[in-house]
Amino acid sequence: MIELNGVHKSFGKVEVLKGITASVQKGEVVCIIGPSGSGKSTILRCINGLESYDRGEISVEGLKVDRDAASIVAIRTQVSMVFQRFNLFPHRTALENVIEGPLFVKREPRAQAYERGRALLARVGLAEKADVHPPQLSGGQQQRVAIARALAMQPKAILFDEPTSALDPELVGDVLGVMRKLADEGMTMVVVTHEMGFARDVADRVLFIDGGVIVEQGPAKALLNQPQHPRTQDFLRRVLHPL
Amino acid sequence: MKRFWHDAAEFFPILMNGVALTIIVTIGSLLLSTVLGLIWAMMRVSGIRVLSMLSASLINVIRGIPIIVLLFYLYFVMPDLGVTLSALQAAILGLGIAYSAYQAENFRAGIEAIDKGQIEAAQSIGMGWWLTMRRVVLPQAVRIVLPPYGNVMIMMLKDSSQASTITVAELALQGKLIASSTFKNTNVFTLVALMYLTMSIPLILLVRHFEKRAGKR
Repeated sequence: MIELNGVHKSFGKVEVLKGITASVQKGEVVCIIGPSGSGKSTILRCINGLESYDRGEISVEGLKVDRDAASIVAIRTQVSMVFQRFNLFPHRTALENVIEGPLFVKREPRAQAYERGRALLARVGLAEKADVHPPQLSGGQQQRVAIARALAMQPKAILFDEPTSALDPELVGDVLGVMRKLADEGMTMVVVTHEMGFARDVADRVLFIDGGVIVEQGPAKALLNQPQHPRTQDFLRRVLHPL
Repeated sequence: MKRFWHDAAEFFPILMNGVALTIIVTIGSLLLSTVLGLIWAMMRVSGIRVLSMLSASLINVIRGIPIIVLLFYLYFVMPDLGVTLSALQAAILGLGIAYSAYQAENFRAGIEAIDKGQIEAAQSIGMGWWLTMRRVVLPQAVRIVLPPYGNVMIMMLKDSSQASTITVAELALQGKLIASSTFKNTNVFTLVALMYLTMSIPLILLVRHFEKRAGKR
């Protein structure tokens, strides 16, 4: 449902994506791994048009992603995003964060939006935090509210941009647990992550990106257990055995 | 001292007429400058080159002209161009326009202080530019903008005295008229100063309240 074909992207003189070709099938969980600055996040941000790309083509369900076209709104309501730093709206409660999109973008009836919003908060284990403002929540709780906010748009896919990187280590599990549940329910997910355990156990496929190109890709377990490319081997060794 | 209180009692009712006009001019130009300032600021951050450049030059032109000249222009020059304004209208319009430049810069600073992640989050749930502004950026920018906005209110209250130059009989002009007919300069202008101060103090307290609230988060 998500297709990238020869995507190039530069920030000024620095080319961060040098011809990315990949696809994500419906119901698939794809993890993108790789060193910092390799272009992982940029790929995600191009898919929902937060970033423009210079060459190549990205399409979602056959619709071309063009951040300057009116169709970008339709794409964004179908492909939600969860950010590294949560980006919850601090002036609204957890529940209001969740129903903001349904209420004002999708124009859902109020009662229905509230009801769905509460159900979604319950689903991420935060039913009792509905009326709390984000600054009063822990990082893990905030990220789970952000996942509920993404789900509230009833998206066909969710992009996760390093969803656990800003969390205290002991809170990572809660968020990954919610994500695993989503994956089990058949949600299409593209996850940029450093959590190799999650990638191995939950992802269908893993892409290893370095220097703006896909160095290696394949089924999660195979790629992580028996990487073929020397750069992948080197990266995984450093991540898994830093000492 | 006794004389002062005697004079004060005598002049107070006349000066109160001036106070009424001072308040009308201040509130009128505050509203106008807020609306105009918001428009300039939105044009400035719209991302549309023509609009943002137009707004930037407008702001510079307005900032570069003294309020008093702006007032003279509206009151004395506009009739030659076929537009006749009453002194009160010209005062509100002139002060409103003059202050819209400062308001715009204040609003813009507030809008630009909002974390980019907030805008991206709004976009990622399908919000367009206007919805993002209305639901996400402006409600958060208000907290940042309010303390300087309060300061602008105080400055406007005092600068409304410039309307006296185009015959608006607000507090300063009333004072001047009484002083020139009674020669009681000291008592009259002390009274006028005290009356401005009395009106400013609640505003000063308001600013302090805004600052406390903005500092909370």
